[in-house]
Amino acid sequence: MRFLFKTGYEQDVRLFKHGGQVFWYGVLAVVLLAAPWWAGDYVMTQLHFICIYSIVGFGLMMLVGFTGQISLGHAAFLAVGAYTEALMQAAGIPFVISISCAALFSAVAGLIVGLPALRLKGIYLAIATLAFNVIVEEILARWHSLTGGNEGMTVKPVRMFGYELTNDWQFYYLCLALTVLCGLACVNLLRSPTGRAFVAIRDSEISASCLGVNLAKYKTMSFAISAALTGIAGALYAHKIAFISPEQFTLFQSIELITIVILGGIGFLHGAVLGAAFVIVLPQLISIAKGWLPEGVAPTGLQAVVFGVILILFIIFEPLGLYGRWLKVRTWFELFPFYRRGMFRRQKSYMKSERLR
Amino acid sequence: MSFFKVENLGIRFGGVVAVDNVSFEVKPGEVFTIIGPNGAGKTTIFNLIGLLYPASSGRIVYQDRELTGLAPHRVAELGIARTFQNIELFEHATVLQNLLIGRHRHRSTSLWQELVFTPATRRAEVAHREAVEKVIDFLELAKVRDTLVAGLPYGVRKVVELGRALATEPKLLLLDEPSSGLNPEETDDMAFWIEDIQKILGITVLMVEHDMNLVSRVSDRVLALNMGAAIAAGTPAEVQAHPKVIEAYLGAPV
Repeated sequence: MRFLFKTGYEQDVRLFKHGGQVFWYGVLAVVLLAAPWWAGDYVMTQLHFICIYSIVGFGLMMLVGFTGQISLGHAAFLAVGAYTEALMQAAGIPFVISISCAALFSAVAGLIVGLPALRLKGIYLAIATLAFNVIVEEILARWHSLTGGNEGMTVKPVRMFGYELTNDWQFYYLCLALTVLCGLACVNLLRSPTGRAFVAIRDSEISASCLGVNLAKYKTMSFAISAALTGIAGALYAHKIAFISPEQFTLFQSIELITIVILGGIGFLHGAVLGAAFVIVLPQLISIAKGWLPEGVAPTGLQAVVFGVILILFIIFEPLGLYGRWLKVRTWFELFPFYRRGMFRRQKSYMKSERLR
Repeated sequence: MSFFKVENLGIRFGGVVAVDNVSFEVKPGEVFTIIGPNGAGKTTIFNLIGLLYPASSGRIVYQDRELTGLAPHRVAELGIARTFQNIELFEHATVLQNLLIGRHRHRSTSLWQELVFTPATRRAEVAHREAVEKVIDFLELAKVRDTLVAGLPYGVRKVVELGRALATEPKLLLLDEPSSGLNPEETDDMAFWIEDIQKILGITVLMVEHDMNLVSRVSDRVLALNMGAAIAAGTPAEVQAHPKVIEAYLGAPV
């Protein structure tokens, strides 16, 4: 077990708390940077998707995990990002500008959805965001002149600084760089006043407000940031799929996205990446498993069923998600043989003040 | 100019008049206590000052500035901090993180600076920690600074909440029953701290309290309420001896 002796406030603020973290993140960086050499075409595609879903995961984690606002409409932000990117690339606008616009337009959409969030909570907010998802999906299908309606539209490869990124590895580095940047932005935000205000809203709105946190401003800001990240992911998604249509951005997509943060572990940024990897890899495992099952036993809806069952099992047995499980395993090894089962159990909180709203 | 003044404050919930035409003035640097039996409207007055409820009538004036009608978060920005009777801490955060949220009104960085974490943000974060560390020293919270609040005993939470209010560097501190749920020793500590907050930090304290020992020890002036209305005001001894106060607590002589 490692004990940190703090000798300065700087240490609290630092990105890497100790040498071990530097080493392991370094190893991870080397492995990921070397991916084009060790990974085949198939694994590369999986890595693309994991990067894209990780960015969505970061966005959702900021909103759901740290600000405590639910959203069942994130596929809509993904769609806004994807269509913005597709249309702007078709118009020949440089990638750096188009992806910024994708983030910006999604953020504006996030602001619009954030406004009802000021009055709604819990299940009602979920319904409002769900309705937003359906509205956006419908607009995309009906606005034929712009989006091509249900026939969808093809997306050109990324063109940056005069080059076309046609190879898998080029696109991979782009995705990886954006994932790292987005992750870093989230980490930075969480170690500054804005991130703390988000967490304050999640834990107790009443005392956040009494400490000077402007609830309206920070809730909408959280929605906007979350949507902007999802928009960036949407732009990459459009390029990856190369063909987008409204039926890729349905409610089911939103549920899959929220699954990322729940499986990964609510309240941990690492969880967003783990959850993304899980959500991408699981369907592949299911299709492999289908091969072993006798003919006719594996129905077409198997994937949805497995997803549902896993989600339920996680909520019952491991509410802290994959990252929480990893923390427990790590603590078990660090404290061996003194780990106790109840160590991560949350204590019942004392009686809360009378609820004022 | 008055430091803090409440004039003809009132609120009714449907037919229930919770606070009825209460006026008082708090002078800078004093400890002003509101006492009264259960249901007298003490906490409601705090919630009115914190703008958590809209007042039905009356005005709240702080440093010649009308508070009524502002958004709730503006109260803290103007330098009024409060604690809650039943503790409203951020449960899934450490003591240090709780106190850091108290620094919210002193933030100096913009969203962009935070996203990139510029050197200015880094300096600001270090400065926030220095300020919070002073509070931790003052309230002797050093040994729990990195503990999750969810695992702390009640008495310590009470102190953490006081610390969080102090981390905002308020000019006026509202304490809602600082000694409720504390044992006699903890209450004694609380009394010391309230005295120190007044004398060393120079913060004006407005508190609601039941424990008459604590009240007479630390308060300069006391206001007694019953059924939402003010019945007596003055020094602790005067108010305790006031016939209407005795009647409110013990009932009228037959």
